[in-house]
Amino acid sequence: MKSAVLVFPGINRERDMARALKLISGKESAMVWHADTALPKGTDLVVVPGGFSYGDYLRCGAIAARSPIMDAVRDFAAKGGLLLGVCNGFQILCEAGLLPGVLMRNARLKFVCRDVHLRVERSDSPFTRGYNAGQVIRVPVAHGEGNYEADEETLKRLEGEGRVLYRYCSRDGVVDEPSNFNGAAHSIAGIVNERGNVLGMMPHPENHVEDIMGCTDGRGLFAGLVAHLERAA
Amino acid sequence: MKARVTVTLKSGILDPQGKAIEGALKSLGVDGVASVRQGKVFDIELSGSDRAKAEAALKEAADKLLANTVIENYRVELF
Repeated sequence: MKSAVLVFPGINRERDMARALKLISGKESAMVWHADTALPKGTDLVVVPGGFSYGDYLRCGAIAARSPIMDAVRDFAAKGGLLLGVCNGFQILCEAGLLPGVLMRNARLKFVCRDVHLRVERSDSPFTRGYNAGQVIRVPVAHGEGNYEADEETLKRLEGEGRVLYRYCSRDGVVDEPSNFNGAAHSIAGIVNERGNVLGMMPHPENHVEDIMGCTDGRGLFAGLVAHLERAA
Repeated sequence: MKARVTVTLKSGILDPQGKAIEGALKSLGVDGVASVRQGKVFDIELSGSDRAKAEAALKEAADKLLANTVIENYRVELF
C-alpha cells in the first residue's frame, strides 16, 4: 500500500498517522505539503490527518479545503482512489465538498478528549473490512467541533444507501443518547461518499494501534485497507 | 469602495455558541433578550469602482469561501 499523508500548516496528527500506516502496511508514507500540486505517482491511499489546520480560522477546515493540493486530491478521488479524512481531515473533506454535511460545534460546547466506542455498521467497505459488522471498537476522540449535521434529505440518503460506517455507541454497542457525546445527527461518527471510496470520521483510529497505547482496536481499519488493496492488485 | 459581507446561520441550524451567549446575557440581568444567534462580519475594501463587478466578486467570495452555504446565509452590502 502506497500512502500519502497531506500536511497543512496547523495539522498535528500527521506523524501519528504516518507511524500507524508504516506499522500496519510496512511501508513509509509520503508526506505531501499543502502547496504541492500533485500526489506521488502510484499513490493508493491519501490521508488527510487531524489537527488544527490554519488555526481553525474562518471555519474548521475551510482554508485547507481550498489549498493547491486539493485539486489533485479531488482528481484522485474522482478516479476511485481511496481517501481517508480523520478529525480535522473529515472537516476538510466536508468543506471541500467531497463529503456531504458539516461538522458543527459539539452540542454541549465541550472539547472532548477521551476514548469512545464505535459500532461498525458494515464490513463490506474498504474502510471496514478489517472488522465484523456490528463489532464495537474503542478509539479516542479529541475535538470541539465534531457534531455532524446535514439536511434531512441528505441524512435519509446516507442511511438508505448504508453510508454511515461508524456510529457512536455504548460499550455494548447500543446507539443511545448518552453515548452521542457531541450531539451528531444519527450518532454519526464516520460516513462515506456515494461511491464508497472517501471516508470521513471524527475519531482517531491511528491512536489505537500499538499495545503501548493500551488498545489496538484502530488497527482493523488500516489492516482492512491493506487487504483491500492487495486483493485489488 | 467598501463592502460588508454578513454571514449568519440558517434558521433551524442549532447554534450552541448563540445559546451560550444568550444564557450569559440572561445571567447578567440584561432585560428582554429572547434569543441570540451568532454570525460573522467581513469588512472588505475593493480596488475597483464598478459596483456591479464588485457585487459579483463579493458573491463569488462568499460562495467559495466566506460562507458554508450548507448551513449559512450571507448578505452583501456596498457602501
